[in-house]
Amino acid sequence: MKQLFIICALILSSTAFSQTKVKETKEVKVERVKRSLAHYEEMTKVILHPRCLNCHPGGDRPTQGMDMHAHQMNVQRGPYNDGNVGMRCVTCHQSENNDVAGVPGAPRWLLAPKELAWQGKTKGEICRLLKDAKKTHMNLQELIEHNGEDELVAWGWNPGKGREPAPGTQKEFGELTRKWVETGAECPK
Amino acid sequence: MKVNINGTIHNVTSSEDTPLLWVIRDELNLTGTKFGCGQAQCGACTVHMDGNPVRSCALPLKLVGEKEIVTIEGMKDKISQAVQKAWVENHVPQCGYCQIGNVMTASALLAETKKPTDTDIDNAMGGHICRCGTYQRIKAAIHQAARELA
Repeated sequence: MKQLFIICALILSSTAFSQTKVKETKEVKVERVKRSLAHYEEMTKVILHPRCLNCHPGGDRPTQGMDMHAHQMNVQRGPYNDGNVGMRCVTCHQSENNDVAGVPGAPRWLLAPKELAWQGKTKGEICRLLKDAKKTHMNLQELIEHNGEDELVAWGWNPGKGREPAPGTQKEFGELTRKWVETGAECPK
Repeated sequence: MKVNINGTIHNVTSSEDTPLLWVIRDELNLTGTKFGCGQAQCGACTVHMDGNPVRSCALPLKLVGEKEIVTIEGMKDKISQAVQKAWVENHVPQCGYCQIGNVMTASALLAETKKPTDTDIDNAMGGHICRCGTYQRIKAAIHQAARELA
């Protein structure tokens, strides 16, 4: 009996919570959406930076440099996003930057999957991609951790000698992602 | 530090930041591997690390760990012998400086791709610069080696 009471109480409180969400006033919603879009706009300063875009190419070749030219040496995506046989990413890119040779590196150096191509897409299109778990293979909570803690993402702020880092810090990027998610993960058109 | 080169564990005294290339050449006197650019741009210094081609000029000793390194001196398996034979029969080298690296990558390609297309070869060999311009002979030799291994 006691267990039944607890279950009923949980259902009722859950319903009340849902109704609270449903009852969001127009003014509150407008403000929430505005804040969510502002957080996303800040995130795009990182997302659209060449340090990040270069490994989210639209086609099968990565790009490099601030001008995002095609990667030298006919480097290709390959079947597993880590290059082709004979020319895999690890042929040159090791687990850390090599400032003497000028070769960047980080753990698990590889391209983002083709379905997560950012190059050539608008802010809104990229935003909707980030929310598509079928393509990202992660939910929004995991996306927060990915943006804020992943060691390959971290390379964007530690790109090695002579390369401009992505704006801000990875911690700030993760925090922005969290705020964007908490305010509804709204996307621009 | 210890390093596994061509199946032998060597105790080497080079500092951990020393590029593997110089450990191979200067400390172990395995001079088949060449220095080209020092920036992983030309492919002349290519060796195998756990079977994958890597540019030894841009690979610090500390990142090698217990991985198995094979240099041209250790390429004695059936595939690499077929590649070297095809190289000779097609008179691939001109000055020869880049050819060691090319042979290393060609062997790795054939180990995974038994019958490579021209595109497979272009994709695999794109990191090797040959100032003598022997690219077409390299391609012909890889095709010949693939046929002989079939």
